[in-house]
Amino acid sequence: MLLTLDAATVRFGGRAVLDAVGLDVAEHEVVCVLGPSGSGKSTLLRAVAGLQRLDFGRVLLDGRDQSGVPAHKRGVGLMFQDHQLFPQRDVGANVAFGPRMHGVSRGERDAEVRRLLELVGLPGAARRAVASLSGGEQQRVALARALAPRPRLLMLDEPLGQLDRSLRERLVVELRELFGRLGTTVLAVTHDQGEAFALADRVVVMRDGRIAQSGTPVEVWQRPADAFVARFLGFENVVPATVAGTAADSPWGKLPVPDGSPQGSRTVLVRPAGVRLVPADQGLPCTVTARTFRGTHVAVRLQPQDGPRLEAACALRDAPEPGVPVGVEFDVPEIVVLD
Amino acid sequence: MALPVAFFALFFAWPVAAIVTRGLKVDGVWQFGRIADVVGQPDVRHVLWFTTWQALASTALTLLTALPAAYVFARLDFPGKQVLRAVVTVPFVLPTVVAGSAFLALVGHHGLLDELWGVRLDTTVWAILLAHVFFNFAVVVRTVGGLWAQLDPRQEEAARMLGASPSAAWRKVTLPALAPAVAAAALMVFLFTFTSFGVVQILGGPTFSTLEVEIYRQTSEVFDLSTAAVLTLVQFAAVGAILAVHAWTVRRRETSLRLVDAGVTAHPPRGAGQWALLAGVLATIALLLVLPLAVLVRRSLDADGFGYYRALTDPDGGTFLVAPVHAVWTSLEYAATATAIAVLIGGLAAAALARRDAGRLVRGFDALLMLPLGVSAVTVGFGFLIALDEPPLDLRQSWILVPLAQALVGAPFVVRTMLPVLRAVDVRLREAAAVLGASPWRVWREVDLPLVRRALLVAAGFAFAVSLGEFGATVFIARPDNPTLPVAVARLLSRPGDLNYGQAMALSTILMVVCAAALLILERLRTDRTGEF
Repeated sequence: MLLTLDAATVRFGGRAVLDAVGLDVAEHEVVCVLGPSGSGKSTLLRAVAGLQRLDFGRVLLDGRDQSGVPAHKRGVGLMFQDHQLFPQRDVGANVAFGPRMHGVSRGERDAEVRRLLELVGLPGAARRAVASLSGGEQQRVALARALAPRPRLLMLDEPLGQLDRSLRERLVVELRELFGRLGTTVLAVTHDQGEAFALADRVVVMRDGRIAQSGTPVEVWQRPADAFVARFLGFENVVPATVAGTAADSPWGKLPVPDGSPQGSRTVLVRPAGVRLVPADQGLPCTVTARTFRGTHVAVRLQPQDGPRLEAACALRDAPEPGVPVGVEFDVPEIVVLD
Repeated sequence: MALPVAFFALFFAWPVAAIVTRGLKVDGVWQFGRIADVVGQPDVRHVLWFTTWQALASTALTLLTALPAAYVFARLDFPGKQVLRAVVTVPFVLPTVVAGSAFLALVGHHGLLDELWGVRLDTTVWAILLAHVFFNFAVVVRTVGGLWAQLDPRQEEAARMLGASPSAAWRKVTLPALAPAVAAAALMVFLFTFTSFGVVQILGGPTFSTLEVEIYRQTSEVFDLSTAAVLTLVQFAAVGAILAVHAWTVRRRETSLRLVDAGVTAHPPRGAGQWALLAGVLATIALLLVLPLAVLVRRSLDADGFGYYRALTDPDGGTFLVAPVHAVWTSLEYAATATAIAVLIGGLAAAALARRDAGRLVRGFDALLMLPLGVSAVTVGFGFLIALDEPPLDLRQSWILVPLAQALVGAPFVVRTMLPVLRAVDVRLREAAAVLGASPWRVWREVDLPLVRRALLVAAGFAFAVSLGEFGATVFIARPDNPTLPVAVARLLSRPGDLNYGQAMALSTILMVVCAAALLILERLRTDRTGEF
């Protein structure tokens, strides 16, 4: 393993920001830590970088314990949330900073700066002032700077956090492609699930300093580990239910569940696509309270006569007006019994 | 951290303690009863009363004249604003002695007013008050105006949109935001005028005496050490109280104000009111700040022109063992040495104070650093004489004594200037450099130094100007054969005769030119983030 966290614990004034976190990152793997703000993900990166001391546990790089190794000798790269480019240096000098600290000769440095700026799509920008860069350009320069000392592990803290949406979507594809080409090992953190799923080979969901779930984007998306992960991923139809055989007794009545689901008192997730609208005299009677246009579909909010609210996804032409009474039926393939 | 602490312990705490001990300990027994005795004396009570009320009056007068100027500098755009801002600051870095002689030339015997209308103010308290306004005008303009210029005007606009009239918006939004800065400036002015020495020494005559002047008189003329010690303690307590309040207002000033770039808030004057205000402020500056200096320069010239300046090079003047012009070189040498010491000590202290993990103890040191600013310079100077005159540390014969005392007064300025800039350096910039492979030392060199270089130069300039003009401590420890400029000026002024008077004015002019030159260079370097006083 390139990176191993072993029961890593960091406490701020009694509160555990990292609570016995164990995590492995293999060479060439792109791992994305996903969690709401305050879940400890930035602290995780800082602990690996050597900027935050562990109160307990170990950080191992290539199997070697890093306690007592200062940040500048760990050979990992960190791209900061707001980039932290050196304001008094131009773009080239920012990128050349790392190689210079490692005693690389001027000629090699210049060649490396040219190569990296080309790689991140800013050829010829070396003499530009940092203040003259747009947000997206700063992000690219920060990436080039982090790559320049050829770190064995590259860490990204909310790499696309402050950029506007369209730019973010374009850059995330570029990054994914770039890391694949370079074979870089990457540990990124983000609060944006779309970003995490697009970027990562493996997603690690964090909550309150602990790891809530770890798996490929598809695994996490299809089988969220618990109600927290499901809600964090944006699913709202999450209810407690009692599972017996292929049926679950829930506040929305009997729900069909897939064969081989865990039995007994469980949490059940119904994806919006699994909530089918039928005429008002069939299924679970509901009233439409709101509808939101989502581009590919319309999210319809429903209030059942009793039980918590439901969200349904339906095609634009099928979406009923608010106030209209409808019936609801559930589709088995879109229902998951959580462990 | 260790070096600044040792420096202040050795060259500040010890001399002051030595004086207090010398004054209050008789035959090895503490005589605390002396405190009550001395404070009970009618003439001491009179001095205390005068010191307090003249400081209050000076502060009020300074606020009254300088607050409109603060507004004008902050919110109005007019040609020559940059130059005028420098002009306003010149008096603040001028040696007190020069200010004293400038006002003497204006309102004193044979002064401009005397010759024009037969008005003399040098025997009245007005001369002192006006000189204090002259001096501290810049403190208010810079502290209040600096903040005012950065207050977001949209805050007032937001209040207007919510239905507030212009005056209500100003009262409810701008005034509360400014209040802590006004309070801080007022306290600084009060502190400076409360401990005023050079001005009162020259303009006060036998009638008016502040605590500081009285301490000087008791030690160097009456040789009543125990009275001087008690007065020192009294001043110490007063200054400590003022600084505590000041620290509190500074903390309030730092609380969450929306600040914007000063460049965008100013606009050209609009309407008769703003034009009248601008004219009034310009007239005040001309009369109160520029006129005394102009008169000073005029008085330094005799009927044939530069006769007084030529006389400065004549060693047979009788007042000194060497030609008075020699004092210029002595002063420059001392000030350069003092600046080096002050920058080293103050820089180290600021670096230690700026660390985010600085503990309570270190932050306490922050307040202590300000003490030499307010504590009687006279006490420090005299303390040097009696504390550093015997083994293990006998510096009485050493020339380094004067720069050491001057550095003590200059170091707080260095800390004040450097601290905000160092604190503003984003911790994560340092972390970014560390992650890229920079060792802690290289992080400092590559990240901190380039960002604070200008502030360091500004700090050095301030320390230089302050050292050059330092009078209270230097007057004790400068050797007779090697006076500094302010000491030479004071000595010339204390002698009768037109030649001595003219030479004093000539020396003051030279001192003013050197200080103003240093300041103009600073003004070009000054960054937005450097501290205000």
